[in-house]
Amino acid sequence: MSARPVAEYAFYALLVAGALVFPFLATNEYQVYVMALAFIWAIAAMGLNLIVGYTGQLNLAHAGFMAIGAYTTGLLTVDYGVPFWLALLLSGPVAAFLGFFAGILSLRLKTHFFSIFTLCVGYIVYLVIEKWDVVTHGTVGVIGIPAPSPIGPISFDSTRALYFMVLAFLVATIFFKRRLVRSLVGRSFMAIRNSDELAEALGINLMRTKVVAFMLSTFIAGLAGGLYAGFVRFLGPDLAREYHTFDMIAFVLVGGIGTLMGPVLGAISITWLTQSLQFLENYRMIVFGPMLILLVMFMPHGIIGTFGRWQARRREKQMRASRGAGRVGAEARAHG
Amino acid sequence: MNIFFQQVLNGLTLGSVYALVALGLTLVYGILHIPNFAHGAFYMVGAYVSFYAAGSYGLNFWAAMACAAAFVAVLSVLADRLVFHPLRHSPPLHDMIAAIGLLLFLEAVVQAIWGAEFHRMPAPYTTILRFADLTAPVSRLLIIGAAFVLMIALQVFLRRTTTGSTIVAMAQDREGASLVGIDPVKVSMLTFAISGALAAIAATLFAPINLIYPSMGHLVIMKAFVIIILGGMGSIPGAIVGGLLIGFAEAFGAFYISTAYKDIIAFLLLVAILSLRPQGLFPSEVR
Repeated sequence: MSARPVAEYAFYALLVAGALVFPFLATNEYQVYVMALAFIWAIAAMGLNLIVGYTGQLNLAHAGFMAIGAYTTGLLTVDYGVPFWLALLLSGPVAAFLGFFAGILSLRLKTHFFSIFTLCVGYIVYLVIEKWDVVTHGTVGVIGIPAPSPIGPISFDSTRALYFMVLAFLVATIFFKRRLVRSLVGRSFMAIRNSDELAEALGINLMRTKVVAFMLSTFIAGLAGGLYAGFVRFLGPDLAREYHTFDMIAFVLVGGIGTLMGPVLGAISITWLTQSLQFLENYRMIVFGPMLILLVMFMPHGIIGTFGRWQARRREKQMRASRGAGRVGAEARAHG
Repeated sequence: MNIFFQQVLNGLTLGSVYALVALGLTLVYGILHIPNFAHGAFYMVGAYVSFYAAGSYGLNFWAAMACAAAFVAVLSVLADRLVFHPLRHSPPLHDMIAAIGLLLFLEAVVQAIWGAEFHRMPAPYTTILRFADLTAPVSRLLIIGAAFVLMIALQVFLRRTTTGSTIVAMAQDREGASLVGIDPVKVSMLTFAISGALAAIAATLFAPINLIYPSMGHLVIMKAFVIIILGGMGSIPGAIVGGLLIGFAEAFGAFYISTAYKDIIAFLLLVAILSLRPQGLFPSEVR
């Protein structure tokens, strides 16, 4: 895609423009609320995509790290009177700091050993939040998280204002991730995804690179958690449960695993799909579970991945056709 | 003395249920080479089927268990045919995600049929045996006895019969097994059936002293994962030893350390052991 930067920038500009006018087109505040929440999940899913999609390690503790970020913001603002923005600023680093230790332990394990280990890590996070009620409020949850404090003339007491705040973070995350995956660091993540041995032969320090990927991924999860705390303003230990990780895996997979915009597209489309399945309430998984299975069977690369492949195939065909035509023309000239 | 004995009994009860679930998981691991996240859902479905068979049809405990075992065995074979078999050439990540999809689906279906509330299966036997100053509820002895009979039967089946040996052969070397004429499709269906039946039996045995609800499989399956990692993936003795180890750790941990944190013990044990020995306690031959 780097061959056609103008088209690409136009595409992003269109997306951002669409997101900017959305609150003014929405018929009610609830739609804006749902969209903003989808953006928060999109940010978290982008973090997950970094470790699952780009580095090839199925981390099942992602919701746990999101919860760590959310509780960092929630507890600091509610119990310790720390200003919201400072707390939000800390939620990413706190998650990444704990992610460092989880990473150095878990990344020594490969494939499903890693997945199961991280599943356990996520569960430990959940149990600690639920049981350590002196610090975390336990099952009662954190109630009354203050709205983000105003910056200069901009205040964040309306849903619309919060929507724009979340959108700003989403755009920043996309921008950061785009830079990252095109850098040498990002390329070494992908080398590891393709093969540990191959990456090592290229001189990539496996462990260090994996830990960096894990920390970046948990940093983004923590940031998304902090935003969630400021937006929803209520936290319960359930945020750390594995089914939130499963949701995010679905976002990544539907949009396109290992693609930049995949998690965003997945988070937004699935959120609206579940909104339209609202009449099913708790039974939405009856539709959702088989959908996940059919996706990995028939469209394992997701919407963006499939589209990209189709485009690449078409371009290749065109190129072959034009080369073929050129050769025929040259031969005709030679004979003529 | 009696208190200590009670903890031993608790440990054995928990341990044998965990070992049965872990056995099914480890057998399927030998075929699929991925952890089957849907196994916990099979366990849960097993509990519901026996609850329903005993409650609505008034079947006795053992008949209800047989029903559940048969039902879940069929369900498990269907999962293999419809989901895992078509995905056998995909990357492991896709298998795992499909298993998660299956788990979500089964849970939602059970919740749609029976609701999200808690159920309890009546205990088939309520007598309490006494020796000197030791007491032992029959329901617990039953779990332990049934689980051990089943484990021995399974071991005999796998080691002494030809059909059983094909499962072991396939887990050890898929290509080699096909070369000597073992039909991989048949073996994988058989393995899934056994694994499903084991999960259903474990769930039924545990049901009278535990609650039945749609997400009851989560914690059990996660502990079963811990067990097969500790015991070596694909290793049958490893699953049994690991199951008992976690069962005892939990029973004694709950009593001597804290009941609130008893569920965390298995996971902390895993984290501690894998931090020191990334290859697990008993590195398996099958990898």
